[in-house]
Amino acid sequence: MSEPDNVAALEKVEGAPGTPSSAVPEVGRSRTLGGDAWETLRGSWVFWGSLILIGVLVVMAIWPGLFTSVDPRACDAARSRQEPSGAAWFGYDVQGCDVYARTMYGARASMMVGGLSTLMALLLGAGMGIYAGFYGGWIDILLSRVTDIFIGIPILLGSIIILSSIPTPPDSDFLNVLKVSLAIAVLAWPSTARVARSAVIQVKQADFVAASRALGASRGWMIRKHILPNAAAPVIVITTISLGGYIGAEATLSFLGIGLQPPVVSWGIAINDAAAYIRNTPHMLFFPAIFLSLTVLAFIALGDVVREALDPKAM
Amino acid sequence: MGRYVVRRLLLMIPVLIGTTFLIYSMAWALPGDPFASRCGQRPCPESFVQAETERLHLDDPLPIQYGYFMLNMAQGDFGQTSNGESVLEAASRAFPVTVKLTVVAIAFEIVLGIGVGIAAALRRGGYLDGFFLFVSLVAISFPAFVIGYVLQYFLGVKLGLFSVTVGRGAPWEDLILPGFVLASLSLAYVLRLTRATLLETLKADHVRTAIAKGLPRGMVLRKHVVRNSLIPVITYIGADVGILLGGAIVTEGVFNIQGIGGMLFHALSIRENATVVSVTTLVVLVILLVNLLVDLLYARLDPRIRYE
Repeated sequence: MSEPDNVAALEKVEGAPGTPSSAVPEVGRSRTLGGDAWETLRGSWVFWGSLILIGVLVVMAIWPGLFTSVDPRACDAARSRQEPSGAAWFGYDVQGCDVYARTMYGARASMMVGGLSTLMALLLGAGMGIYAGFYGGWIDILLSRVTDIFIGIPILLGSIIILSSIPTPPDSDFLNVLKVSLAIAVLAWPSTARVARSAVIQVKQADFVAASRALGASRGWMIRKHILPNAAAPVIVITTISLGGYIGAEATLSFLGIGLQPPVVSWGIAINDAAAYIRNTPHMLFFPAIFLSLTVLAFIALGDVVREALDPKAM
Repeated sequence: MGRYVVRRLLLMIPVLIGTTFLIYSMAWALPGDPFASRCGQRPCPESFVQAETERLHLDDPLPIQYGYFMLNMAQGDFGQTSNGESVLEAASRAFPVTVKLTVVAIAFEIVLGIGVGIAAALRRGGYLDGFFLFVSLVAISFPAFVIGYVLQYFLGVKLGLFSVTVGRGAPWEDLILPGFVLASLSLAYVLRLTRATLLETLKADHVRTAIAKGLPRGMVLRKHVVRNSLIPVITYIGADVGILLGGAIVTEGVFNIQGIGGMLFHALSIRENATVVSVTTLVVLVILLVNLLVDLLYARLDPRIRYE
């Protein structure tokens, strides 16, 4: 976790003049930053644990039917708020729906919002960041000011303003999900943009890029061959970590009543519905809350351990 | 110092204009009928629609609308709730409670966050260090309302250590648990940041010199390590005031606190979006101003900032 990384850092600027020869790793096996990070990650139980958890959750989001044969929307008010039992492992909620089935089906909404808002924030943020970082000058100044403006508004408060100003789309689960993802992405891209920009600027100043430019490389070639591969690591890390954050944001917004709306099955909605009954029937709240928290934890832990493998000096 | 303050204030102007324009566009310039979803399950009362259209000049072109929006805010007019109460008045009644809650949260960040962070750094790689790193990861991952309900249930309902809701006037002892919940996320970051900067400082040359010249360990830690490590931590805590004000929505909702967050939470739960938008706008502006103030304070605290 400590020693090989110095070597890795030097490997990144391989061929740069002044690289001390003592830092050249043993001959016979080429070592790269990614290779070293992989060596570290391979032995980490946090890495495998979060990866397996994410795998299970993705399967759950795509085929919830594999985990339960109960229809999450088959509710019977007669069994409202019944405790967990052999028939319903997680008990029943206020409407008398099976909490276990609803928790399994709830994964889809969370993963979709997480995935969509991450994708949008990544495209917008990384695009802006790379553009600003690579071209510099007034484009950079302008884009950086725009980033400053967006970063001043907390994601939660901003999405509350957006979501409470747009009416809920009529009975379409997907539009509902899209609306929430958009509201999150609009305010979330600046942090990705900042990371991408500083990563690009750092790579741009490296000697091997200057050498490449001196040899007459075109801009597109330099971006593709040098800038993107070398600036990708921090962007991937922040994207993984924020994916967890966006899932938490969706649940918070749904919990506040302006995120996803029923009939969408979502953990945030379930927690909101159960909150009023926490004194007597906490099971209705705890099971969706556990799944939500584990999902967020899986992504944040994955991002954290990858970051540590790539850059042990960061916090 | 004076020049720094002036420069900082001047830089603030375009950001403030940009941010307010952004808020304005999100709140009032999205396509569709602006009153379609503002007043809960019922349509907005005619008188409210008329009053708001006139106040915000919604019939005029966008730039003029924005001008009036700014003018209104400069005069302290943040609109009215759909019941006709002034938003600013309702908010200023609720604000002191939220300030109290924020104070409790920051106290937790300073005492627990920095304290545990230092302890973890000094035992790097030990069980305590690993344990707290894991706990902080959990605190970062679990959404505040989950932490809030879990602690409320186990510490409040089951063990009866804390009161489950906060009474009128929000006495300090009632705010301990909500303050901890509000702080939990930032607490974890403060802990990690303290640990990381401390580890960095421990490797610094001046610390090695201090040890080499025979200074007692406690003295080295107090005078050379901790003091130098705390600057980024304090910067983080300062910037966090704004985040806490925003996070108060969830915490105050969970613990039924009658602060500004509780007011928003209540407006959200009855879907009174007109109030939501006005109050949120107010809160975002307060956050921007607090951040500016904190920035200016640093110029006093850290002499290195002045000449940048």
